[in-house]
Amino acid sequence: MGSTQESGTEGGVLTESLVVFLIISVVCVAGGLGVVFSRNVIHATFLLLVSLMGVAGIFLLLLAEFLALVQVLIYGGAITIVVLFVIMLTKSDEFESLVDNSQKPLAFLISIGLFVVMTVAAIAADNGNTVRASLKFSDLGHSLFTDWAIPFEVASLVLLVALIGAIVISKQGEEE
Amino acid sequence: MSLLDLLKTISAIMGMLTVLSVIVLSLTLLERKFIGRIQMRKGPNRVGPFGLLQPVADAIKLVAKEDILPTWVDKVIYWVSPLVVFIPTFMIWVTIPVARDVVIRNLDMGLFYIIAFSVLSIVGLISAGWASANKYAIIGGFRAAAQLISYEIPIILSVLAIAMLAGSLNLERIVDAQATKPYIFLQPLGAFLFLCGGLAELGRTPFDIHPAESEVVGGPFVEYSGAHWSVFFLAEYINTFAIAALTTLLFLGGWLFPGLPGNVTASGVLVFLTKTYLVVLVIFWFRGTYPRLRIDQLMSLGWKVLVPLGFINVVVTAVALKTELPEIILGLISFVILASTFWIISVRMRTAPKPEYTVRLYDPSLEGLNAR
Amino acid sequence: MSLVHFQILSAALFSIGLYGVLARRSAVLILLSIELMLNAVNINLIAFSAYTESLASTGQVIAIFVITVAAAEVGLALAIIINLFRSKGSVDIDKIDVMRW
Repeated sequence: MGSTQESGTEGGVLTESLVVFLIISVVCVAGGLGVVFSRNVIHATFLLLVSLMGVAGIFLLLLAEFLALVQVLIYGGAITIVVLFVIMLTKSDEFESLVDNSQKPLAFLISIGLFVVMTVAAIAADNGNTVRASLKFSDLGHSLFTDWAIPFEVASLVLLVALIGAIVISKQGEEE
Repeated sequence: MSLLDLLKTISAIMGMLTVLSVIVLSLTLLERKFIGRIQMRKGPNRVGPFGLLQPVADAIKLVAKEDILPTWVDKVIYWVSPLVVFIPTFMIWVTIPVARDVVIRNLDMGLFYIIAFSVLSIVGLISAGWASANKYAIIGGFRAAAQLISYEIPIILSVLAIAMLAGSLNLERIVDAQATKPYIFLQPLGAFLFLCGGLAELGRTPFDIHPAESEVVGGPFVEYSGAHWSVFFLAEYINTFAIAALTTLLFLGGWLFPGLPGNVTASGVLVFLTKTYLVVLVIFWFRGTYPRLRIDQLMSLGWKVLVPLGFINVVVTAVALKTELPEIILGLISFVILASTFWIISVRMRTAPKPEYTVRLYDPSLEGLNAR
Repeated sequence: MSLVHFQILSAALFSIGLYGVLARRSAVLILLSIELMLNAVNINLIAFSAYTESLASTGQVIAIFVITVAAAEVGLALAIIINLFRSKGSVDIDKIDVMRW
C-alpha cells in the first residue's frame, strides 16, 4: 500500500476509486436501510453485518487497512454473533409484532432533516482536497502506545469493567 | 490498478481455487485411507487403482444429488450461508505463501488479515443453523459459535507471541526469521496452543462438538444436501489444509529446510507441501485416536487451560525478549510449562472424584429456542 | 473523490441509525441502530484524518477507541436485554416504563 494517493473528479469524470466508493456506499446505505425497515430481527442483524463490512471497505478506500481489519474482526467475529445469540435466546416470534412505535413520522422527519443539514454543511465546507494521506501501520502503533498510552489503558479498563458488569447483570436474574 | 494487473489477479485466484480443489480431493482420499489403516481396514480400494478415483466418484455423487429445500427454511439465509462459510476460508489463501514469492499478495498485516477473515465463517455456521428451521441445527449453530469464539483467543495469543519474536506480521518475514531455528523449538507451548485452537476452529475430532453426529446429527449442516452441503465440506477441508499450512509457516520454518536452498521455488514448494501434509496427517491421527470431548469439558479446557496458558506464553515471550534471554532458555521455559500442564491434567484426571450426573430432561435455559 | 463524499455517506448512515433509534420498539433493534451511528462517526473520524496531514494518526486512534467502547457497550446492553427479558418476558422498550418492579 503506497504512500500518498492522488485521485479526483476532473470535470465530473468518474475515476476508478469513485466508482468503487459509490458501489460500497450503496451497499452500506442499503444495509442500513434494511436494518431499520426489516420486519425480521435476524434479517436486520445480517443486514447490519453487510453494512458494517461495507464500512470496512470504506476504511480501505481511506487507506486505513488496520481499521478495516479491526472492523471485520470485531463486528463480523464478535458483535454480530453475540447479538444473534441474544436474539435467539429471547423469544424471536415476539419481534414480528414488535416493529415500530408511534413516533415513526416524527422520527422520519428528524432524520431527513438532520441528513439535509449535515449534507449542506459538508458541501459548503468542501475545499476540494483530494489528497489522501496513508498512515504506516507501525506509526499508528507507535502513537497508540506513546501519545495515547493513558487513554489506551483506560480503554482496556473500560473493557474489563464492561466484562465484569455484563457477567454480574446477566447472573442477577438467574435465580428467579 | 491497470486492467492487466486485474486479469493477472483474477487468473491467479482461479488457479488457486483449482489447486485447492485438487488438494481437497487428495485430502479426502488420504483421510479415508489413513483412518482405515489406523482401524486395521484397507480404506477405499475399488474405484480406480488403489481407490485413487474414489474422491472423483464422491464429487460426482455430491453434485448429482438432489438439493433438498425444506419447507420452513428462511430461503435467502439458507442459500447464502454456505457461501458465508466458504468465502472467508478461501480469502485467507490470498496471503499464505507456498514458497518465496509464490503468493497472490504478500500483505504486511498478513497474519492479522488471516485471523480477521477466518472469524467471519462463524457467522455462516450460526446463520446456517438458524435458517434450517431445525432444533438440532440451531443447537449445533450455538455450539459452533460458543466453541469458535472461545478457541479464537488462544490462537490469537499464540500468534501474537510469534509476531513478537519475528517482529512482523508478514508471513514471508516470519519464515525468514526461522532460518536458523524453527519456532517450535522456541515456542513448544505456542505450537500446542495453535494446533489445539486450530483443531477446535476446524470442528475436527476431538473438538467436533458442533457437527457431532451422535448428539446433534450433523449440527448446522443437518438439512443441507447435495451441492450446498459439499460447499461446507470443501470449506472444512480447505480450512484443515490452511491450519496445517499456517502451523508449517509459523512453527516449522515454512519452505526452509537445512541443506536445501530457500530461494528455489520448486524445492521450496516441495518442502512446504511435505511439511503441511505431515501436519495434516497428525490432525487425521488425532481423529483416529481420541474420543470426542463433552461440551462442558471443551469449554473448561478452552477457558481454564488454553486461555491462561496463552497469556502466560505472551508474558514469558515478552519478558524473554525484553531481558534478551538466550533463545534456548525461552524454549526450555516454554517446554517446562507445557509439560507441567500435561502432568497436572493427567494427575487431576486420575485423582478427581467422578462427577455425579443429573439428567435434566427439560433445560429452562433453552426456552425460547424457536427455530423460526 | 474528496472528503465531502465520505461526509455525505457518514451523514446518511447516521440519519438512518437515528431513525432506527427513534422509531423502533425492540431493544435489540435499537442497539443495532446505535451500532450504525457509531460506524458513521468512525467513517467521519478516519476520513478527516486521511484528508488532513497533521491529524494522520489521531483520527484512527480515536476510531479504535470508539470500536472498543462499542464492543463494551454491546456486551453490557445485551446483558441488560437478557435480564429484561427474564423479568418482564419482553424486550419492548415501550413496556419498560417503571423504575422498579
